[in-house]
Amino acid sequence: MPKLIKLTGPRAAAWANDRFTVVADDQALPAGGVILSLARFQAEGDALLSEGREVGVVLQSDEAVEALAYDLPRLAVVALAFPKFRDGRAFTSARLLRERLGYGGEIRAVGDVLQEQAQFMVRCGFDAFEPADGSTPEAWVRAAFRFRHVYQRSADGRRPAFEERAHGV
Amino acid sequence: MYQYDAIDREFLTDRANEFRHQLARRLSGELTEDQFKPLRLMNGLYLQLHAYMLRVAIPYGTLNPRQLRRLAWIARTYDKGYGHFTTRTNLQFHWIKLKDAPDILDALAEVDLHAIQTSGNCIRNTTADPRAGATAEEIDDPRVWAEVIRQWSTLHPEFSFLPRKFKIAITAAAKDRTAAKLHDIGLMLRRSRDGALGFEVIVGGGMGRTPHVGPTIKEHLPVGRLLSYLEAVLRVYNRHGRRDNIYKARIKILVAALGAEEFGRQVEEEWAKIDAAQVDLPDVELARIRGFFAPPAFDVLPRVSAAFEEAKSQDADFARFARNNVQPHKQAGYAIVDVSLKRPGDTPGDATAEQMEVVADLAERYGFGDIRITHEQNLVLPHIRLDDLPVVHAALQAAGLATANINLVSDIIACPGLDYCALANARAIPIAQSIAERFAEPDRAEAVGELKIKISGCINACGHHHVGHIGILGVDKKGEEFYQLTLGGSGAEDAEVGKMLGPALPAGRVAEAVDQLVEVYLRERQEGERFLDTFRRAGVAPFKEAVYAEAD
Repeated sequence: MPKLIKLTGPRAAAWANDRFTVVADDQALPAGGVILSLARFQAEGDALLSEGREVGVVLQSDEAVEALAYDLPRLAVVALAFPKFRDGRAFTSARLLRERLGYGGEIRAVGDVLQEQAQFMVRCGFDAFEPADGSTPEAWVRAAFRFRHVYQRSADGRRPAFEERAHGV
Repeated sequence: MYQYDAIDREFLTDRANEFRHQLARRLSGELTEDQFKPLRLMNGLYLQLHAYMLRVAIPYGTLNPRQLRRLAWIARTYDKGYGHFTTRTNLQFHWIKLKDAPDILDALAEVDLHAIQTSGNCIRNTTADPRAGATAEEIDDPRVWAEVIRQWSTLHPEFSFLPRKFKIAITAAAKDRTAAKLHDIGLMLRRSRDGALGFEVIVGGGMGRTPHVGPTIKEHLPVGRLLSYLEAVLRVYNRHGRRDNIYKARIKILVAALGAEEFGRQVEEEWAKIDAAQVDLPDVELARIRGFFAPPAFDVLPRVSAAFEEAKSQDADFARFARNNVQPHKQAGYAIVDVSLKRPGDTPGDATAEQMEVVADLAERYGFGDIRITHEQNLVLPHIRLDDLPVVHAALQAAGLATANINLVSDIIACPGLDYCALANARAIPIAQSIAERFAEPDRAEAVGELKIKISGCINACGHHHVGHIGILGVDKKGEEFYQLTLGGSGAEDAEVGKMLGPALPAGRVAEAVDQLVEVYLRERQEGERFLDTFRRAGVAPFKEAVYAEAD
């Protein structure tokens, strides 16, 4: 099972205990926090939340984040799947979760997650990662924050180059 | 020209260091070739048939002399002494050693150059009219907007893993020199009736296996809203573009499947939800960027130059050069000079290190330090005094750079083809050479007039054959190279995809067939008609007959 890296502050990350179990649609529910597919969440989510469980949803790259819009305040985790590292749909999903839907919980990158995507993921609002390439938190931070400047606003709140210039930095 | 500041420079340094680190991980075995491949591709490094190829980005085809000299130095130090200018107005080195790549990236970064986004499924180098800032035809300077897009698209966090590569072109003149309608996005600057500056936005053009002339999805996008609108287009594409089939992944397939109207509606819907104030550049930044593209300090000169007129009457070669390679400038007493990289017998788009240095010197001495690359694989010195044209011509001539064939039959676009490229089915360069040699007699070429021949070594269409007045596509027939001819294509404002002429021809027949097509044109043409016009009027029949008559 891949280990979980979480951002712990500005330019910092660490191994994290994973309180959640990813549960397949045909699998019995274990105790504790669970991450369900969108379909299973829609069927069973209410019941589980009323038990007082922590619940997350994993969205496949072809599933629209808008489907979760009204449930977001109740979700502890939204996991976004990268079936292949080349499939970049989850970058849009993450930005929409943060910037349009106002989601403040954990956004976790799962699947074909490589440190080469780290900077893009962090910029789009991901804050938890299950790297598939054996990356350590140190390597992840180095890759994610290698660039001292960025050219556009995104979900991470970094100041883009044009703002740095306007403020004479 | 745009000047990099400390922010831009630190960015390039960080990028070069990142690649050095990645290469070290590859060489130590920490990364497999499979894992490394996407990383090197993100830095423009391809593995070709014989060696690595490094594609250097030249944003909107603009270089200063220091940069061009550095490219010459790299060609000499790390390659075989030459480079290849591409249809994306970039420069490729074809004989690179992997271990040298980090040093080359460092050398590029020192002169504000890089290889970012010259490959991969991201927003590639944005191209612009090579006569920007020099032609009287334009209503605004497209470089301003190309620079805005360069910055916005650089390592864009959301759009670096699109379904497929993404190319944008910008023009501000009625005469389109960028093939804007054949791009993923073509932007044509226009003024509305009330004088407001805006873009006509064309989406979903492209070449490759399924050529499309792009439809217009927005007639007038106010210029200040450019980035938020682009973000909406890219987001709709990133979410809904196909990812199941590499050949159906370009935005043109999505636009064609949805219909331009529905695609445009989805973009509008997304655009309305975007917090535009977060995306569109503030006016002060637009003004800052615009400031870099102020006209150089032109002298006040008479419209007519005695030295220029004198040289034309004295020197037939110069007169020919003036007719074909010298274009009017917006400033009296100046001209735009096209430098042809299509000397018959040479590889289209190739320039030696020495030639690059000659052009750099001329730009520095006579041309305000400004050099452009065209998508037709030539160079441009955009601001030359008419008085200086004879000396500039002489220097170009001495360097083999004064071929007076711009837009003529030997001004051919050709992809690297099977001589270099791992994807190609057939060679393109020798075909271009054989055609250029057949029309090497300059009087005849001039009598034929504008004729755009474009050659691709495979269906990916890097040589833009679909939009050649005569297009030539290399195909493989049972291990033999054959060539499919198309006629009537255009990449200009009258964009059209060419129509197939008939069965593919063997390599040895291609130059002859072009000659036969030209003879039909010369016979059929009416006053003022180009080859393309005659074809459009007369239709394919007489051309087809000339090429295939013997076989019947």
